[in-house]
This record gives sequence, C-alpha cells and structure tokens, in this order.
Amino acid sequence: MIEGTHEHKDETEEQIHIVSPRIYILIGATLLILTGTTAAVSFVELGPFNVVVALAIAVIKAMLVVLFFMHLRYSPRLTKLTAISGIFIFLGLISMTLADYISRAWGRW
Amino acid sequence: MSDSTTIANAAVAEAGHPHHGEHPPFQRHHFESVVQQFDAANFAMWLFLLTEVMFFGGLFMSYLIMRNWYYPAFVEGSHFLSIFWGTSNTAVLITSSFTVAMGVWCAETRRKKGLILCLILTFILGLMFLGIKGIEWHAEWVEYHVPGLHFSAETFLNPASAPEVYKEYHDKPLSLGMANKTELYFFLYFAMTGMHALHMVVGIGILAYIIFRAWAGAYTTGHVTFVENFGLYWHFVDIIWIFLYPLLYLISRHQ
Repeated sequence: MIEGTHEHKDETEEQIHIVSPRIYILIGATLLILTGTTAAVSFVELGPFNVVVALAIAVIKAMLVVLFFMHLRYSPRLTKLTAISGIFIFLGLISMTLADYISRAWGRW
Repeated sequence: MSDSTTIANAAVAEAGHPHHGEHPPFQRHHFESVVQQFDAANFAMWLFLLTEVMFFGGLFMSYLIMRNWYYPAFVEGSHFLSIFWGTSNTAVLITSSFTVAMGVWCAETRRKKGLILCLILTFILGLMFLGIKGIEWHAEWVEYHVPGLHFSAETFLNPASAPEVYKEYHDKPLSLGMANKTELYFFLYFAMTGMHALHMVVGIGILAYIIFRAWAGAYTTGHVTFVENFGLYWHFVDIIWIFLYPLLYLISRHQ
C-alpha cells in the first residue's frame, strides 16, 4: 500500500531536481560563445539577415537560460505550461498590435 | 492529506533523505511536503515573471513600431552606442547568471562557503554591469543625447561633427524632421536600459540581504526556495538584456 501511494505521487517529483555544475559550466560557456558570435556576425554585411541572425541567436540564448539556468526543463508541467503560455500571450499581443498598426491608413509601413 | 500519504512521506524521508525529516521547521503547515511548498513558491515566481514579460513587452513593442516608422533616425542613433561596452556588459551579465546558478547548486547541496562566494561574485558582477552602463550613459550625456534634459540633434544634422562615429559609419545628414526623431530613439534607449538597470538595482539590493542571511546559514538547511526564486528573477533580467543587446547595439550597423 505504501508502495502504491508512492507511485501515485510520482506525478510531482519527490525531490527538488538538482542540476549539476557540469551543465551550468557548459551552458555558461555556450552563452559566452554565442555572445561573441553575435557580436562578430554584426560586423559582416548580411543585409536584412543581420537582424534575423542577431534575433535568432538571442532566442537561442534565452532558451538556454530558461531551460537550464531557470530549470524549466526539470520543472513540473504546471511551470512549463505557465512559461509557454506567457510567451504565447506575448506573441499574440505583438501580432494583434502589429496587425492594427500595419492595416491603418497612416502609410508609414 | 490522507494517512497513507503521510506514511508515504515518512517512508520516503526515512529511506531517502534523512536530513529532511517529516516536518522540517521551514515547512508551512498547509503544505503536504517541502517539494510541494517549493513548487508552489516557484509557480508564483513564474507568474510574477510573466507580468514582467508583459511590462517589458510594451517597451519592446514601442521600439519595434517606432524603429520601422523612423528607421533612419533609429539607425543613426544606434551608431552612437559602443559595441565594445555593450558586448562586455552582456558577458558580465551572463557570467553573473552563471554564478547565481552555481549559488543555487551550492544551496541545494548545502555548501555554505560556496554559496556565499557565488553570491558575492554575483553582487560584484551586478555592480560592474551598472558601472559599465554608467560609462555608456555618460558618453550619451556628453554627446547631448539625453532626451528632454540634455539633447541636441546637431550630430544627426551634421554627422561630421562627431568624427569618431562618422569615421566608422559615414552617416548621411538627416532632414530636420527625421533628425529630431532621434530623440525618440534615445528616449526608448534610456527607458529600456534604465528600466533594466532599475531591475538590476532591486536585484542587487535583494542580493545583499540574501548574502547576509546566507552568512547566518539560512539557505543551507534544505530551504532553498528564496535563493532559487531570486535566481529566477536574476536570470529573467539577464534574458531582457539578451534581447536589448542585439536590438539596441547590433542590428543597425550596416543600415
């Protein structure tokens, strides 16, 4: 019976997940390398792709911070859902605001 | 909740984690377990961070729209930022995120000295970030680029009057109307970096308190919630900078 109850509770973990220093060092080094990369790429003329590359690298860096430094990868589902819904609402608000600005007759786009 | 759960918790406590005990003093009565208490506080912290996403989101949105409307002003305005200082500050902030993450690990594995060391390093790196930001803000003050207080569009009407920037970018003179819009760029620059810096100041203040409490051994007894949630806040502020850095410094170099 005790075993059964234990199994049932497994949905939320029994222990706080401890992320090892090895992962922190790996992620920290990757973030620094990506910072160097994005700075170096900004010196190369890529036309409109300068913005694309800079933002893509920023998104990758942010993902690494969220997943590993902020432990989202090891967090309960509720926390994951919270974080994802936040990003989703933010993107939704941006698209709606942009749709409004672009479709007005102000003619600045 | 039920008796069987209590028995299960006690069994787990005995079998796996002798230090935790069934009811550590820091476990509030309305929580079933330390993990549940931790998850609840963690969830609340994430909700707070979502409100922060919305708060900074408004600033990013304004930047996106205004940059598209007054594109030449935003491009030439950003040419006055120093890529060297911007990149250095990004490195400083990322390193501080790393030290705070290591601090969380030290707290979780009950290493008091390691925790204090990591927190003090984070504290110093946080101050370094603000110091570098101060150098950059001072440079904008000298160039008359502080909107409302100390502003002149002269460097955009006559780009050759700022020889160092002119040498690098060969900016063309802007029309009077567009040159005046550079004030909007610098307004957003100061609003975004200023709001970010304010978050850093708040973070450093909380950090001072945490260092003081860590010294007294508060976070190395298994009660890591406060350190973990502070870490989340610090990483969040780091993420804001990760986006500010390319948007303000990098993307306008060749335009």
